[in-house]
Amino acid sequence: MKIGVLMKQVPDTETKIRIKDDASGIVTDGIKWVMNPYDEYAVEEALRIKEKKAGSTVAIISMGPKRSVETIRTGLAMGADSGILIDDPAFEGADCYATAKVLAKVLEPEKFDLLLCGKQAIDDDSAQVPQTVAELLGIPQAMVIEKLIISDDGKKATCYRRVEGGAKEVLEVELPAIIAAEKGLNEPRYASLPGIMKAKSKPMKEVNLSTLGLKAEEVGAKGAKLKVKKYSLPADKAPGKIVPGEPEDAARALVKMLREEAKVV
Amino acid sequence: MANEVWIYAEHKDGKLKKSALELLSGARSLANDLGTQLVAVTLGCGLEAMVKELGAYGADKVIIAENEALKSYLAVAYAQTLAGLAKQHQPAILLGPASAQGKDLFPRVAAKLGTGMASDCIKIQLDGQKLLSPVRPMYAGKALVEANIPEARPQMATVRPNVLAVAPKQEGKQAQIEKVAVEAPKDLKTILKEIVKGAKETVDLTEATIIISGGRAMKAADNFKILWDLAEVFGSGTTVGASRAAVDSGFAPADMQVGQTGKVVNPTLYIACGISGAIQHLAGMRTSKFIVAINKDADAPIFQKADYGIVGDLFKVVPVLTEEVKKLKAQD
Repeated sequence: MKIGVLMKQVPDTETKIRIKDDASGIVTDGIKWVMNPYDEYAVEEALRIKEKKAGSTVAIISMGPKRSVETIRTGLAMGADSGILIDDPAFEGADCYATAKVLAKVLEPEKFDLLLCGKQAIDDDSAQVPQTVAELLGIPQAMVIEKLIISDDGKKATCYRRVEGGAKEVLEVELPAIIAAEKGLNEPRYASLPGIMKAKSKPMKEVNLSTLGLKAEEVGAKGAKLKVKKYSLPADKAPGKIVPGEPEDAARALVKMLREEAKVV
Repeated sequence: MANEVWIYAEHKDGKLKKSALELLSGARSLANDLGTQLVAVTLGCGLEAMVKELGAYGADKVIIAENEALKSYLAVAYAQTLAGLAKQHQPAILLGPASAQGKDLFPRVAAKLGTGMASDCIKIQLDGQKLLSPVRPMYAGKALVEANIPEARPQMATVRPNVLAVAPKQEGKQAQIEKVAVEAPKDLKTILKEIVKGAKETVDLTEATIIISGGRAMKAADNFKILWDLAEVFGSGTTVGASRAAVDSGFAPADMQVGQTGKVVNPTLYIACGISGAIQHLAGMRTSKFIVAINKDADAPIFQKADYGIVGDLFKVVPVLTEEVKKLKAQD
């Protein structure tokens, strides 16, 4: 099978977010960039499928600035075969629609049998790109998947989709499809030292606005349908109060406060 | 009539979800300010029972798109139908719930319509130009962003559950009904084989009004029982969550995780038991209306975000909370 994994480089979850003075975005100085955690599950799942199905290949596809190459290499070091970096200044400031448009343009001629990705990127938290790419490519989607079984003939996938209250929808989708990983799908491997060495010589393709034959007006901030007005930080809560006393007494006092002050019990 | 304000009314097992009422309540003022109708759209079959309730909660009109093929939710099928209706009626605004279904469906509808969408919004409002100008969290709530959709239509957004207050029911207020016989969606390439129920039939974390979460200090999976006991006395709308440390230690399954790599929750009351308050956890629960922290370590960062804190052993505190809440509930 020819498998493509859509991957995004994001700030580490421990990052303290700061906003630029003009409210146009976040301050990126000093951020530690990592593979989007949900995409790690997608890479791992792709590698597991590859190990089961002889002759399979895994490509990591990422749209982002030049530094994204390092995270693609992380995927290659885990065992993927090749990378595609989609980078052009014109792509900056894209919303989900403009991003998906570029991705679809890259993916269409590649004719992947299966596309995997994370259920959302933990930076903008939109959780829109996989479904939008699926629609633009005219293929089915299976979002928030925590168990995946590919049929022996490689034509279908059974996907366990997590919905509310611990319930799961079991979907059978025809391939090619986009399948978006939820935590719990697998336990991602670490890159081995030989893997890291090998990754350095694996093929990495770079594409941009002109190689894709796209126009600057239809991508990036210009092509975005959803336009950002301003960023802000959430209001900080006033510090609360510590309920004094021995644990048991404090617990009794707390329940009283929850009823009388907060009125939530 | 074009330029209407639409809300997508999700239902489950023949009943409207609370999100439909929240959206109607929140969108009423948008429709009033725009001088247009508020319309609830619902897809499936056997939907007429829901019309009365949608009317009583503020819908001027209810569009019912019925087809046997829409009996169970499927992204591709529902997207075709909902986008088809939107193309035909040209609403100005289309709002939906940021639920499992809404999150799955709305981006696909937006793609079909070639429009923009804001995900998981915590505020919906019009700006000076009467454009929908929703506010949504990014980085799991560490930052907020306000955005709009100046040109493409409809202006789409999903709204986080529990954010919009449900307005009082107006008995006797009736909505006009428009029943649409839609074509069976085609070329789905997807089959819903079955729905597997969860081990515990509880409200989802993202929809819960009270959440009791356990952290690393729970020490073992079995100890979560004391949290479930407390949840039970609080009653319906209450569930149990866990920190990443608790999930990674194997004390709780991944679907109970609250935080940046788990669920972002928004309950009225959040009780953090033995959770230190790592930034990635705080990001997932900071918008809770009231936060209670119980931790042995007086310096734990969770106390900075808590409305009420108890410095002490959760194993001593939680059982007393359960007893006290039980007593209160018995008096009610």
